[in-house]
Amino acid sequence: MGYEFDFSFLSEYAPDLWRGVWLTLWMTVVSIVPGFVLGTLCAIGRIYGSPPVRRVATIYVEAIRNTPLVIQVFWLFFGLAVLGARLDAFTAAVIALSINVGAYTAEIMRAGFESIPRGQREAASCLALSGPQRVLYVELPQAVERVYPALVSQFILMMLATSIMSQISAEELTGVAYQIQSFTFRGFEAYLVTAGIYLVLVTMLRLTLHGVALAAFPRRRRLGTPL
Amino acid sequence: MDPMVRFQDVHKSFGAVEVLKGITLDVPRGDVVVLVGRSGSGKSTALRCINGLETVNGGELHVCGEKLHDGKTDLRKLRQEVGIVFQSYNLFPHLTVEQNVTLAPRKVMKVGAKEAKELAAHVLAQVGLSEKAQSYPEQLSGGQQQRVAIARSLAMKPKLMLFDEVTSALDPELTGEVLRVIERLAQDGMTMVLVTHEMGFARGVADQIVFMHHGKVWERGGAEMLRAPQTPELQQFVATDL
Repeated sequence: MGYEFDFSFLSEYAPDLWRGVWLTLWMTVVSIVPGFVLGTLCAIGRIYGSPPVRRVATIYVEAIRNTPLVIQVFWLFFGLAVLGARLDAFTAAVIALSINVGAYTAEIMRAGFESIPRGQREAASCLALSGPQRVLYVELPQAVERVYPALVSQFILMMLATSIMSQISAEELTGVAYQIQSFTFRGFEAYLVTAGIYLVLVTMLRLTLHGVALAAFPRRRRLGTPL
Repeated sequence: MDPMVRFQDVHKSFGAVEVLKGITLDVPRGDVVVLVGRSGSGKSTALRCINGLETVNGGELHVCGEKLHDGKTDLRKLRQEVGIVFQSYNLFPHLTVEQNVTLAPRKVMKVGAKEAKELAAHVLAQVGLSEKAQSYPEQLSGGQQQRVAIARSLAMKPKLMLFDEVTSALDPELTGEVLRVIERLAQDGMTMVLVTHEMGFARGVADQIVFMHHGKVWERGGAEMLRAPQTPELQQFVATDL
């Protein structure tokens, strides 16, 4: 068994890898924000909403968390196309990821809201803050601060989950890696390098989100507690 | 002049348990009324009814000239006039002392940023914590946190202040610094209703002491009432305190 490791193909495929990296990053960033907003609204809806709102939010969360992401994106991309609603691969991927991460975020944020002591709500209402003001200025910041590490994990899982989007022809990093190995038969090297790139990307995302936390939660910074 | 608060045969039940069994009580403007009594006597519940934290089931309750609990009370309007301070401070931990104080004036009364800062400086000076404006609550002692909570309520320029066992979580030394702030407010003519276990303080600050027992106003009077109780229940209560 004389297998010679050969990474020389890398220079030839560098531009493709680069494009793949950008698409992966872009998909992640574009999905995190709407996913977070959607999930937070859902959490608020499940706690404070009227019974119909609560029911809709619960159905959404349970439907998404109990079905595979790959089926969700297939349904958006291939399923809707049957009905004539044709989405391009990137759009389908971003919508699927947002909706998917939104459902998990909803549960994380719900835990965050529910962990806030009752006295906080009481104090806010007694200062004549309205319901929405109370949620926005008193509860939301505390909820996010409490569950931030869990949110970060969820967003990182989502970044890794973009790797299935090559299944709908979105040429993100994993898609590019698959092509490289099918042209060069260098599966070992190609996937090893790809894994290394994911590691770098995830580390960058983690550091970025840590920076966001430092800016968003000045109290932690002041008290010198590492996040 | 109308009293600030008027209880007329107020009843309140939690499920099958009747906590207030017909309270009748006036709090005149500028007066300090202290509610005392054992745990479970209904004094905290009576206090919480005044700003709508508890709804009453029977009788009438008027606060600042408005009848409460007829189902269409504007609680937000009421609470701009009635401040409350809790046993557990309930400061907002993610905000600095100054932000804690200015949040409601800015968002509810739409006070501008500069004016809010001045307002904060003023009320923090009142409670002797000017130098802590940029601290976070968890960097403060319990007594300091409670004084910030008082300042936070004062920033809304209330006509009436409620204090619900505000020193029960503090050691004697810290209790003193909080009580001094409340005494000064009383001297400035603030109308106040307090629930407290500090009998010495009650005697010193109260215009009227109300002893509650089994959900009723059992006995009331001036500070001298605690020295010469009429009812055996109050005699016993005062004796156990000493």
